[in-house]
Amino acid sequence: MGKMITVGMADLKVCRAPDNLTTLGLGSCVGVALYDPATMVSGMLHCMLPDSKRITNQQNIAKFADTGLDELVRQMMSIGAMRSRLVAKIAGGAQMFAFSSGNDMMRVGDRNVEAVKAKLMQMRIRILAEDTGKNYGRTIEFYSETGKLLIKSVGKEKKYI
Amino acid sequence: MGNLDLDQMDSVQFDVLKEIGNIGAGNATTALSKLIRSKVDMRVPKVELLGFQELPEIVGGAETVVVGILVTLEGDINGMMMFMMEQNCAKKVVNILMGMQTEEAEKTEEIEFDEMSLSALQEIGNIIAGAYLSSLSSLTSLLITESVPYLSIDMAGAILSVPAIEFGKLGDKALLIQSQFLEDSVELNGYFILIPTLESYGKILSSLGL
Repeated sequence: MGKMITVGMADLKVCRAPDNLTTLGLGSCVGVALYDPATMVSGMLHCMLPDSKRITNQQNIAKFADTGLDELVRQMMSIGAMRSRLVAKIAGGAQMFAFSSGNDMMRVGDRNVEAVKAKLMQMRIRILAEDTGKNYGRTIEFYSETGKLLIKSVGKEKKYI
Repeated sequence: MGNLDLDQMDSVQFDVLKEIGNIGAGNATTALSKLIRSKVDMRVPKVELLGFQELPEIVGGAETVVVGILVTLEGDINGMMMFMMEQNCAKKVVNILMGMQTEEAEKTEEIEFDEMSLSALQEIGNIIAGAYLSSLSSLTSLLITESVPYLSIDMAGAILSVPAIEFGKLGDKALLIQSQFLEDSVELNGYFILIPTLESYGKILSSLGL
């Protein structure tokens, strides 16, 4: 059993089997697990915002879906992953507060999910499974040896996708 | 003082925001005290500028279940404000409010919230946020209108992602005000997070002559 590496908010990490990756308490942020099944190289991104181009302060590239995914793939390839084999599982992007108004600031979860999907499509990385949206937080654990993503939420059954 | 970079704020600006936080939290404490009709003491609030990674650690980690009450702000200041309590603290306040004795409230262990407690919590949030914001408003002579309170009970990381994302648009840190309340023997921890938009930060500071 390898170690469990924690990915913080606006952060990304890569690892090889038998090590595993986790990120705790995803809310409106999106957690992306990328995986090369042949080499068992995995990577996880916990991004907060959809698009780096709209923000002036872009020092932390892991904060954004677009720059975060570019960097994640780059780091995975540097430890042996092959880009064409990468597959993805995504979770998060919840709307934590039940806003009644159509305030755009509040749709950030949806926009994060859309941005991650658009970027993955552009990078030609297939999404195998997702558990996104709704109104609750999620902790995710990605197991490099099996390629399974465990999702834990408050008051709900654990599930694997 | 048009723009503000939270990562490179000078000490005067930081002190001003800190003081605003102190005064707001003080007013909120008075409101809480009136609400539960008993004396509530407040420790000097801690005001910190925290990185996103450290943010959930203040309540014991990203997976700690907390109660978050959020209002959105409009008027001269746009943005949102959140009041957060640990789950057991929230339960204590609700119990006190609903007339249970303090010792009894201490003993209550199940932390299921029924509909009644949820609406009580929402009202507590409304009053606390209202007191906080009205002091901010009179201090700066800026008009602030607040929305109805929205409530969520979930993992701290997930709740905090909402303000963190707003701060994320400005920089890599969030401004957090932690205040500790004491009601007789019961200790209650509450956290305020004020998230003005970038222009609103400028407005707050320039209204105070900075």
